[in-house]
Amino acid sequence: MNAPSPAQDTAPMPPLARHLIEAGDHFIGRLQQGQRLRIVDLEGNQAADTLFYNACDVAERYSAVDTVREQGSLYLTTGSVLRSTLNRPMLRIVDDSCGRHDTLGGACSSESNTVRYALDRRHMHSCRDNWMLAIAHHPEYGLTKRDIGHNINFFMNVPVTPEGGLDFAEGISGPGKYVELVSEMDVVVLISNCPQLNNPCSGFDPTPIELLIWRH
Amino acid sequence: MNLVPDVDYRTRLPGGQHWSLRLRRGASLTLIAEEPGCNVGLLLYSAEQPLERLNLPDTLKCQHTFHLGRGHCLYSDMGRVLASIVEDDCGGHDAVGGNLGPGHFEAKGWRRIRYQQGRNERTQSGHESVLIELAKYGLGLADLSANLNLFSKLAVDEQGRLRYLPDHCAAGDRVTLRFELDVLVMLHTCPHPLDPSPDYPHRGVKIELGTLPPPDRTDVCLSHCAENARGFDNNRLYLLGQ
Ligand SMILES: [Zn+2]
Repeated sequence: MNAPSPAQDTAPMPPLARHLIEAGDHFIGRLQQGQRLRIVDLEGNQAADTLFYNACDVAERYSAVDTVREQGSLYLTTGSVLRSTLNRPMLRIVDDSCGRHDTLGGACSSESNTVRYALDRRHMHSCRDNWMLAIAHHPEYGLTKRDIGHNINFFMNVPVTPEGGLDFAEGISGPGKYVELVSEMDVVVLISNCPQLNNPCSGFDPTPIELLIWRH
Repeated sequence: MNLVPDVDYRTRLPGGQHWSLRLRRGASLTLIAEEPGCNVGLLLYSAEQPLERLNLPDTLKCQHTFHLGRGHCLYSDMGRVLASIVEDDCGGHDAVGGNLGPGHFEAKGWRRIRYQQGRNERTQSGHESVLIELAKYGLGLADLSANLNLFSKLAVDEQGRLRYLPDHCAAGDRVTLRFELDVLVMLHTCPHPLDPSPDYPHRGVKIELGTLPPPDRTDVCLSHCAENARGFDNNRLYLLGQ
């Protein structure tokens, strides 16, 4: 595979930090209130499985159900307010060149892969295994399995039909598409760059993403 | 296959109240709506290891559905079936609405009736109800996962916009769950957070507890899709040696 090229930086200010996350790798870090995070889908059709925690008390964390109920809509895009398990605003999506992100489908795991695909897929790398490694390597954040909740899949398309069906559709993302968020509180960010090889969401070729962080 | 449970125990949960119980594998729980527009918030945890719990994203995507009903299994985050919906008059149960929170009262214009004024007709929130029941097992906010709202349905349009259907559940509608592992069950009868009633509705449910035989290959839930057969295979592995 070719070395991934860094994202085009279209913002006026250079970022405080940038992190490249290859497919199947993870990121854990802090974002201060008011900081801006851009997640870039470098090669397109990748899924960034993301969790957020209140950095002061990680028992309060991103809640998909509070988020979709309060905005009255299943999909996330510019203007969406990401809410916590206490129904408080955690982050806001301020820019989105992709147009739609999923928060219904959850993250892949070796256990759910056995159900969804075949019992012998258990050994395949998954997002939840990725998160487990991240929290095991970083006890300083105080996260354990009990804190692993219902996440966001940035760049992923999981349309619900009016009849109530659920589909994992071809991605609507593309190379260089990004989503940008502003933090409303100090948060811990936990991302698995999805290694999923069982469904067509990444065209069976998981690719890198990049994070850019600005002070404001 | 007889899916009418042997009922051992009957009780009632009035509207706006909460309850929890450990139920063994093979137990059944039937909920019967006493009034139209009932809502029952439901959470499930493995009784043996509560770190294993109801996972609605896995539940929906394993069965390619947004609404849950008869024939569907309720999955844990570990790829196992905690409970199955074996009978269901209502269907369309909501997996994304979450709980009524204390912050909703003012926004909805619902009076907050405290115990001093209302005694047991006080107006509790589903969020606090769940925290109370979780605390009885040493669990807390970090263990709060997305709850199922039985009897409540949300419609979705092409743009993903959600709409609460106020007349979805009729009085007398029944839902029966069969427990496939030993499970901690937490229930509340607080209203759905999108319920448009002009004031807080108190709508209770009747509860019947009993037993059902284990599923065979023709079972409505096990045979619903290949995924569910594999979910039950995972249960079989978990139960080896028992
Ligand atoms: Zn994944």
